[in-house]
Amino acid sequence: MPTIVVEVMPKAELLDPQGKAVAGALTRLGNTDITGVRVGKRFELTTAGPVDDATLEQVRGVAVDLLSNSVIEDVVGVSVVDGPTVSTESAPTETVAP
Amino acid sequence: MRIGVITFPGSLDDRDALRAVRLADAEPVALWHGSHDLEGVDALVLPGGFSYGDYLRAGAIAAHAPIMSEVIDAAAKGMPVLGICNGFQMLTEAHLLPGGLIRNDVGTFVRRDQALHVEQTNTAWTNGFTAGQEIVIPLKNGEGGFIASDDELDRIEGEGRVVFRYLGVNPNGSLRDIAGVSNERGNVVGLMPHPEHATELGFGPDTRDAMRSGTDGLTFFTSAIQALQAV
Repeated sequence: MPTIVVEVMPKAELLDPQGKAVAGALTRLGNTDITGVRVGKRFELTTAGPVDDATLEQVRGVAVDLLSNSVIEDVVGVSVVDGPTVSTESAPTETVAP
Repeated sequence: MRIGVITFPGSLDDRDALRAVRLADAEPVALWHGSHDLEGVDALVLPGGFSYGDYLRAGAIAAHAPIMSEVIDAAAKGMPVLGICNGFQMLTEAHLLPGGLIRNDVGTFVRRDQALHVEQTNTAWTNGFTAGQEIVIPLKNGEGGFIASDDELDRIEGEGRVVFRYLGVNPNGSLRDIAGVSNERGNVVGLMPHPEHATELGFGPDTRDAMRSGTDGLTFFTSAIQALQAV
């Protein structure tokens, strides 16, 4: 069954204390060429049946209503990938703007 | 006067809030997140804690609890609603209050007795304070950084909806030192520090007079009673 991937990031203009902490650790470990880190979230949604436009519309809705908070975060991607989980080999088959 | 305190899965301070209501001479009513019944209460408190383990975002899942549809309706009709800490996070997630709360900029959980500046005394929960009053109540959170866009911050400042500001130390990186805000009408107030933990001699923050004698938090609850009696 296909998997729908929803990606959420903290708003670019707002603070990301988590990313700042990770960036600090990377610098301490000697990765001086890495200048910034921002930490977001990736949701993998599985469906009982095939994914059609209506399903994607529904997912875009819950991405905004529950999976993210538009005051502090942006939905940066909603995409469909094949298989129950996502491996590094399977590229997204569709990417749509939220 | 009956003031309800809603318990969510992972609420921690519901019992203290119920006790604070009683100490303020109102009748405490324990309410349950899974119900659709506010049991006829006159005011509501959403207590602190870690509902749903702060999964997804702090307060996000609880903001969609069954009872929240009744809370949103009651708030729209003017019922006094106070969100403390996790309750504040729920009220922002439910869009009853502006802004959002993110991880503390210091990267750690912070627990301290916190001085606050009372900016607005025209809300249902602060009418017993004097404008500009300094109060001290406990603060304890990991995700207490109040943020909003510059435009939104300008708007709520202009509308007089910044109710509390941190005094001295800004413990969590909240923009413009904002510790608490209200809705336009002033019946819904949320803040990160905990008034319910400063309502009883022997259990509050230290004061110059005696250890643990701070009871500044009691005024939140007596203010709500006053607001209800004035209606």
